[in-house]
Amino acid sequence: MNKTNAQFENIAFRRARVRFGLTLLGVGLLIYFLFAVNTQPGVRTTFGLNVSGSNALMIPDLSIPALNVVHGMVALAVFFGTFQLARGIRSTGVLIAVIVATFFIAFLSWAAQDKSFNLVGMLNSSLVRATPIALAALCGVISERSAVINIGIEGIMLVSAQTAVVAATVSGNLYIGLVTAVLTGGLLGAMHAHLVIRFKVDQTVSGVAINIIGAGVTSFVTSRFLSQNIDGLNNSGTFPVIHIPLLSKIPVLGPVLFENNIIVYLTILLVIAMHIMLFYTAWGLRTRAVGEHPKAADTLGVNVYLMRYVNVIIGGMIAGIGGAYFTIGSVGRFNEMMTSGKGFIGMAAMIFGKWNPFGAYTSSMIFGFADSLQVKLQILRVGIPSEFLLMAPYIVTMLVLTGIVGRANPPAADGQPYEKQ
Amino acid sequence: MANVLELHGVTKRFPGVLANDHIDIALKEGHILALLGENGAGKTTLMNILYGLYKPDEGRIIVHGEEVDIHGPNDAIARGIGMVHQHFMLIPVMTVIENVMLGVEPTVNGIFLDKARVAARIREISEQFGLDVDPDSYIKDLPVGIQQRVEIIKVLYRNANILILDEPTAVLTPQEVDGLFQILHTLIEKGKSIIFITHKLKEVMAVADEITVLRGGRVAGSVLPQEASLEKLATLMVGRDVNLVVMKKTAAPTDVVLEVQDLYVRDERENLTVQGVSFEVRKGEVLGIAGVQGNGQTELVYALTGLSEPVSGQINLMGKPVRHGRPREILERGVAHIPEDRQKHGLILSFPIHDNMMLCTYYQPPFARGITLQQKVILDNATELVKQFDVRTPSIYVPASSLSGGNQQKVIVAREFSRPIELLIASQPTRGLDVGSIEYIHNRIIEKRDEGTGVLLVSSELDEIIALSDRIAVMYHGQIMAIVPAAQATKEDLGLLMAGIQPESARAA
Repeated sequence: MNKTNAQFENIAFRRARVRFGLTLLGVGLLIYFLFAVNTQPGVRTTFGLNVSGSNALMIPDLSIPALNVVHGMVALAVFFGTFQLARGIRSTGVLIAVIVATFFIAFLSWAAQDKSFNLVGMLNSSLVRATPIALAALCGVISERSAVINIGIEGIMLVSAQTAVVAATVSGNLYIGLVTAVLTGGLLGAMHAHLVIRFKVDQTVSGVAINIIGAGVTSFVTSRFLSQNIDGLNNSGTFPVIHIPLLSKIPVLGPVLFENNIIVYLTILLVIAMHIMLFYTAWGLRTRAVGEHPKAADTLGVNVYLMRYVNVIIGGMIAGIGGAYFTIGSVGRFNEMMTSGKGFIGMAAMIFGKWNPFGAYTSSMIFGFADSLQVKLQILRVGIPSEFLLMAPYIVTMLVLTGIVGRANPPAADGQPYEKQ
Repeated sequence: MANVLELHGVTKRFPGVLANDHIDIALKEGHILALLGENGAGKTTLMNILYGLYKPDEGRIIVHGEEVDIHGPNDAIARGIGMVHQHFMLIPVMTVIENVMLGVEPTVNGIFLDKARVAARIREISEQFGLDVDPDSYIKDLPVGIQQRVEIIKVLYRNANILILDEPTAVLTPQEVDGLFQILHTLIEKGKSIIFITHKLKEVMAVADEITVLRGGRVAGSVLPQEASLEKLATLMVGRDVNLVVMKKTAAPTDVVLEVQDLYVRDERENLTVQGVSFEVRKGEVLGIAGVQGNGQTELVYALTGLSEPVSGQINLMGKPVRHGRPREILERGVAHIPEDRQKHGLILSFPIHDNMMLCTYYQPPFARGITLQQKVILDNATELVKQFDVRTPSIYVPASSLSGGNQQKVIVAREFSRPIELLIASQPTRGLDVGSIEYIHNRIIEKRDEGTGVLLVSSELDEIIALSDRIAVMYHGQIMAIVPAAQATKEDLGLLMAGIQPESARAA
């Protein structure tokens, strides 16, 4: 008898079932020993659901008995683990959701016991902190869809952050700062495009060069000019929060989604626009074709080089907006190396999001969440050294890239220069 | 009948090579012109000139009585010239619709792709020419024969009336080839004209209205099929008399050298492409594995040579089991491998020939002593092998990438045959080679067989399988349909088996 594919799949499925089942039991044990043992009986944890200064209708905060909830999460993880071992749950998504949810709810109940933890505030700051990561990821998506790898995103963002704040301070107009950042990003993108498309410079080398130049130039300008005249050059103020009428009144959702500054909204619009452009327009079809099989596109009269130039430059402009976020969108002035690796995390988000705009945005949220959690925990004075908390976003990046992603399929021609014969 | 296309004195020079030397050809309306020639005869260069991918150094191109300059694919398309490339220009992760519309996208409101309109047009073309293609399927899910039809649709969608088909039968089963010829006839009936490029003599005789033979970049002759014979065409093509039949004695098989039991292998994308294959190869015989490309042959060979690890099953060499996924161990037990993709698995292209000549045994004496390589031994070895196996190369110091396909293959054969071997696994050993090299490699393989080596020959060229094998196994969808003695096999039955159908006579045998 011949074994069928389904039979082999069953074996693989059974193995995965045992693995997930054991993982869930392990999570249960972990929650018990890390959190349940250290939680005081009878203490309550309060999750704040309102943000000060918000337009939203006030609702009562959520107060829960800490130890009971932690125990509940242990029970839930163990229950799902046993069920999984005995019967099996088909959906991997459900399993991962259970693992993540039980762990985080237990973690927060323990961390904030006898204190108040502003949940809505943290979710909003996750969204805000995800924004520069998402913009970097979108820059990556659009470049790599046309097969040009741009690891210079970090450098592009750093330079744009500086030009944005200087232009905004000098002109007194934040929008001029934003436009300057976009132009700066476009210019650096054009430089990368010219080097790797026209001169076929190795894409990694060119990207690294942009990062190094970015760090050097901004550092030079800061120490030579900005630090001498902070008020005249490096003090722009930031974009105001825009309250969206009506929607911002909704409790929880309002303060999280509808009370943000223009860059956060712009990012969401860009995600939607890029999705439509990539999958429903001729430009997108050609971009994807150039990224998958440039020769096929060439034989049909598509200008491979032109498509790549345009995409890399647009990508640079998007990274420019990401740079602007750091200064005029966030703190109002430039500090050296203030992008702190967000460009690289953005590339991880692009890969985790499988080179799709929505995927990239969702993954950016995970990193934003880790980043914002870390800040809140420092404020709560949890007994974890702050150095370890600071590492959180980067540890999440590594876990995501090594563990969960597995084999994602990049565009087939990604990173390869196109040689016309 | 009027000429729709004429080339006069077209010449193209590449550094050091005269690829096309004053070529004149003419295509009549509603005719199939076969362009016959070996690899390197200049066929593809000529067609790339016509399609605007190369610029000719001299000569005139006349389309529909008008002299034209073709600067790029867009120009060619605008003149009604369409090309079906040898290596399909299709994007596997996209649908038929997307592949067809790429480059000339109709839109709604000037923004959104109008896929519905393209789908309707594809159905219309599909019906008109009997192509039967579903516009919504993804290319990667389609069999090769259908992918080729998508290429033809791409050309017709752009309203081409002169179609150039570059080696269109290389990847098809005999039945699919018949299907293609039918389609070509339909195209002709509806007023299209076709240039059909090939190096296969029999196809030319079957389909062409006129035959032009190219050799060494020049027109070697033009003949009508009714006046031509296979021998005459072969002589024109190669420039000397060729022996189209491989001379061999009857095989004298002895002990079993390779035994495969119930083997299951996955491909890179985790599909189970070999499903329960069992067979044996004896010393002194050639077992041919026929089958259309992509039916698990590649993965089978990977598993046998240790390049991939089978999911389950057993492989025995000389009666002893092989540990899966250990290429060096397998090689040391006397297995030689001529890989399917010589540039990827057979050679390190950037290495000089002398290093490529010892890739299997570089770590053993005499090539290595301790941790150092013995340069003199390596160079002497290469010099000797180049002479013995007639590798045409300026020196043993040039990189393997600078050799022609046939000579690259000879380097591999020289390396593999120069060590003591019990089993030869040859995968597509003559793919893309010229008639002269094919003759040479075939004779070498039979020579090895007569020395008592077991040979496993994997090829999608049915003629090659029939010419060399003593027994023939046909693979279809990862399984062996049947193993038949070569003496009893007919091409028709093998063709049916290759398409997954058990013919009456094969069942009886």
